[in-house]
Amino acid sequence: MALSSKTKAVLLGPLNKNNPIIVQVLGICSALAVTSKLEPALVMAISVTIVVAFANVIISLLRKTIPNRIRIIVQLVVAAALVTIVSEVLKAYSYEVNKQLSVFVGLIVTNCILMGRLEAFALGNGPWPSFLDGIGNGLGYGWILVVVGFFRELLGSGSLMGHKVIPQSFYDAGYENNGLMMLAPMAILLVACIIWIHRANNKELQEENN
Amino acid sequence: MDNNRIMNRENSGYTIIYAAVMVIIVALGLAFTHQMLIEKQTANVNIDKMQQILRSLNIDASTNEAQAQYDSLVKNAYLVDNKGAKIEGTEGTTPNDPAFSTELGSDDVRGLPVYEALVGGKQVFVLPMRGAGLWGPIWGYLAVEADGSTVYGSEFGHASETPGLGAEIVTPAFRKQFIGKKLFKEGNFVSVAVVKPGRSVANRDYVDGISGGTITSQGVDKMLLNSVGEYKSFLTNLQTVQ
Repeated sequence: MALSSKTKAVLLGPLNKNNPIIVQVLGICSALAVTSKLEPALVMAISVTIVVAFANVIISLLRKTIPNRIRIIVQLVVAAALVTIVSEVLKAYSYEVNKQLSVFVGLIVTNCILMGRLEAFALGNGPWPSFLDGIGNGLGYGWILVVVGFFRELLGSGSLMGHKVIPQSFYDAGYENNGLMMLAPMAILLVACIIWIHRANNKELQEENN
Repeated sequence: MDNNRIMNRENSGYTIIYAAVMVIIVALGLAFTHQMLIEKQTANVNIDKMQQILRSLNIDASTNEAQAQYDSLVKNAYLVDNKGAKIEGTEGTTPNDPAFSTELGSDDVRGLPVYEALVGGKQVFVLPMRGAGLWGPIWGYLAVEADGSTVYGSEFGHASETPGLGAEIVTPAFRKQFIGKKLFKEGNFVSVAVVKPGRSVANRDYVDGISGGTITSQGVDKMLLNSVGEYKSFLTNLQTVQ
């Protein structure tokens, strides 16, 4: 499937130069809350990707019919309905993870990325680019979550996806899990480190210092 | 033509009908999804509860084995009244029976649930508990041996305690401390105290709380005292039977 350069930009931009978390600094709240373990971070990333992609498609299909005065309400209803469906499906098929994500599945509705994409992109573009835009932004949000979740679980619990990866001999030799990693402030420090590295590698993102 | 449509879109009647139709469609869609999945969700909740009861019996059952393990170990379940007597007609271990479906703290509680299990030839009584932690509710199950005083095992759960601190009450390291502790001293119900690590309490059995999780530890302490305290007559009866 060949993608034109424009659709490519729509899909891949949010992964890098236009990343919702590390460039636009949106969706930070849930990025801090669900990343203490890798598995919930992964499920959250997938859930947000699905919700943003489909909400984008639905709003894009409806964009010529939505009354302008209630367009935010329409966006919210569509987003809330999709989030509720995701939450119900998780409860039925992934109960353990749903318990860990607790309120944050419901709070996808309030995720700035979601409303931002609906308002800024889906209202003005066709269903297919909107779908790609949703997937791109979801993945852009998701990979940051997964990276943060990876380091927090590895250093905080010595495990990955719930499996012990740091051998017992390390603990016997005096190594200890870093309890600080389990707390939200460490997530923001990790996000900050990612932003630092990302900016250092992308000169055009740096502000002029005069 | 196009202009016409844009005009119409801003018309109040159109807006109201649009909103109404949208909400009805969404409501129907959600109701349908819920109906399709409710059976599986309830099953998950029940399995989760069985896993908790099994953990209080020191058995870590996976989601797939929980039902079979529960069926083979839990022999009976019923409600007891505040004098510790079994309420007639409440026996049964399945999720539809009163013992399993009773939620502690709800208004229409007819009695206190008790699960009778037989583990390795030993009779054990599992008592549900509920209390408050730092951020939200905590709950648990305490398994008591047939002497009505010795703790066989325990299980704790929480809604939103701090990860790494208060949330540590669910870890085996914390839970296993309760094994073998006595709830009664010289015939009086004293519960098991949760104290700051390193401290001790006179005339009561105690376990170490969680460092940095003081409020949650105190919550567990209170929950043991209050929730298990409600079973005082039931536990006293067990002792006199012996």
